[in-house]
Amino acid sequence: MAETTLPNKFVVGLWDHEEVYLHAVEHIRHKGIEIYDSLTPFPVHGLEDALGLKETRLHTAGFMFGATGATLALSFMTWVMTTNYPINFGGKPYWPVPSFIPITFEMTVLFAAWGMTLTYLVRNKLWPGRVPRIYDKRTTDDRFALVFNAENLNEAQIAELKEVCRKEGAVEVKDRVFTPDEQL
Amino acid sequence: MHAYESEFREPLINGMDKNYTKITDDLVAPTERNSPTWWIATLITGAGTLYFVFCLFWTVWFGIGTWGLNKTIGWAWDITNFVWWIGIGHAGTLISAILLLFRQRYRTGINRAAEAMTIFAVICAGMFPVFHMGRVWDAPFIFPLPNTRGPLWVNFNSPLLWDVFAISTYFSVSVLFWYSGLMPDFATIRDRSKGKLRRWIYNILAFGWQGTAKQWQRFESLALVLAGLSTPLVLSVHTIVSFDFATSVIPGWHTTIFPPYFVAGAIFSGFAMVETLMLITRKVFKLEDYITINHIESMNKIIVLTGSIVGIAYITEMIIAWYSGYLYEQFAFYNRALGKYFWAYAWMMGCNVISPQLYWFKSMRRNVYVTFILSIFVNIGMWFERFVIIVTSLADDFLVSSWAYFSPTWVDWGIYVGSLSLFLFLFLLFARFFPVIAIAEVKSIFRTSSEVAKAERAKAEGATHGGFILRGAFNKD
Repeated sequence: MAETTLPNKFVVGLWDHEEVYLHAVEHIRHKGIEIYDSLTPFPVHGLEDALGLKETRLHTAGFMFGATGATLALSFMTWVMTTNYPINFGGKPYWPVPSFIPITFEMTVLFAAWGMTLTYLVRNKLWPGRVPRIYDKRTTDDRFALVFNAENLNEAQIAELKEVCRKEGAVEVKDRVFTPDEQL
Repeated sequence: MHAYESEFREPLINGMDKNYTKITDDLVAPTERNSPTWWIATLITGAGTLYFVFCLFWTVWFGIGTWGLNKTIGWAWDITNFVWWIGIGHAGTLISAILLLFRQRYRTGINRAAEAMTIFAVICAGMFPVFHMGRVWDAPFIFPLPNTRGPLWVNFNSPLLWDVFAISTYFSVSVLFWYSGLMPDFATIRDRSKGKLRRWIYNILAFGWQGTAKQWQRFESLALVLAGLSTPLVLSVHTIVSFDFATSVIPGWHTTIFPPYFVAGAIFSGFAMVETLMLITRKVFKLEDYITINHIESMNKIIVLTGSIVGIAYITEMIIAWYSGYLYEQFAFYNRALGKYFWAYAWMMGCNVISPQLYWFKSMRRNVYVTFILSIFVNIGMWFERFVIIVTSLADDFLVSSWAYFSPTWVDWGIYVGSLSLFLFLFLLFARFFPVIAIAEVKSIFRTSSEVAKAERAKAEGATHGGFILRGAFNKD
């Protein structure tokens, strides 16, 4: 099931060694060729720099969720113990801040972890039952792939693109066209 | 590009036939074959789990009078088991979070199974305090829920309430950490599977993972922050569990040494349980190349360290009891070692403090059989530690007339053995359908820490350094 708004025609280059792949990414970008996507079986260090990806802001989101959790926990306990139902526990203060620390800490962690994970899922477009575009099944196994949008390229340009990939050490270069009834 | 790693460091992936394809094949294989042994083990532990449910039902139906508790000893096996299971759970987070922050590459072989173990252990642990309530249907009110009685809120001063927050947070964050790491590996299984149904199921489990550069970038950011959050979290959980005792006024319980002592004990027992399970798993699934003797030795080093910390804590408690000049405290510790529960104390000391000292010898640390037996000893010892702390402190309290002895009933036994069954049952399901070793993470250390990579580097260096090659130096086992 392909999404109609996305391009459907691609050239996929496959590499089998991450160091060769990483150099290929740098060289190809240097040539001014636009890389549509890049898929690897595990996180390749240095790839985001080679691709020129911006740093993720996920950790900033995590901090904000954590701060929300801490604020909520502290203010809720304060409200309960001082306003809503103040109880005298053996003459202890009504607002025992040191006692609030463990729960505040736990709520900070809980909010940060859940908020960040949910943000991660939304931003990465991951949900149970999502049908992903699989350019090549081996990209989760042993192949490092570069995907190029071939929607607006003519035959000669595609052939040139493939030649560049091969020169950069790709072990396989192929066309990949998604059809509207594409299955998983 | 890759961080340099000394040639003297042993490889973490053995075998000269390894490459990315082979790693995928080896690590996915256990989910692709059907074994009669697995069925037998699953049916036995499944039956044990049903017995667990039966004993819990019995407890709820007739009340906790069916347990061996009495007026003096109000906490016994239930809380012992609770603390024991929580402690076991700690190794998973320790391995995945703390070892990630410290960049210990050996974690990649064991983190997945250890995290699964954490989750199952916390499930088992949670059962005990919940069913100890007696009226289980009131359990939701341990959370500060709005109600029509005032509203009457929970007591935010109580460590028991902190425990509720600590353990529920710990459980849910562990699940997130574990599952976010599983998604890419489920995608690996999906992309290999032949059957349509199998592909569909593993795609649902994988949340449609693709492995694009941006996904991996966010993945790494998430893993790092979750590790950073889980590290203080795991320490806080057992600290708060120890507060349950430390903030009370019972001699033998109200000691300030409890938090670090409990945390060390938790790591100690958790690593032991990881070893027990992983030694069996690596044998059955033929994963010796991925969980190497080097991994086992690293874990044994942590065991001898934490075991010795626990030993120092036992001795410190004794000395401080004597030094305090407080009669009841002195009696509690004298009675603990030499009173009617001396046998439990002897088990605790023997298993936790004395037996791990064998690991000062390299040959013992690297011996699979010794490790397996000692890992079970450590778990027995850690169970007795909790029993000693809880029961001996309560049994002989301030009034001689109320002194008592705890004897477990068949329900106590049933729930304890049943919880072990539940734990193993869940682990078996996990081992059959989930990748027990983090595939993507093992691949990510392949170029630095595998035997193949080291041999390649040694060859390259050998060429420039007059043919001095270290090949074979790490193949003694």
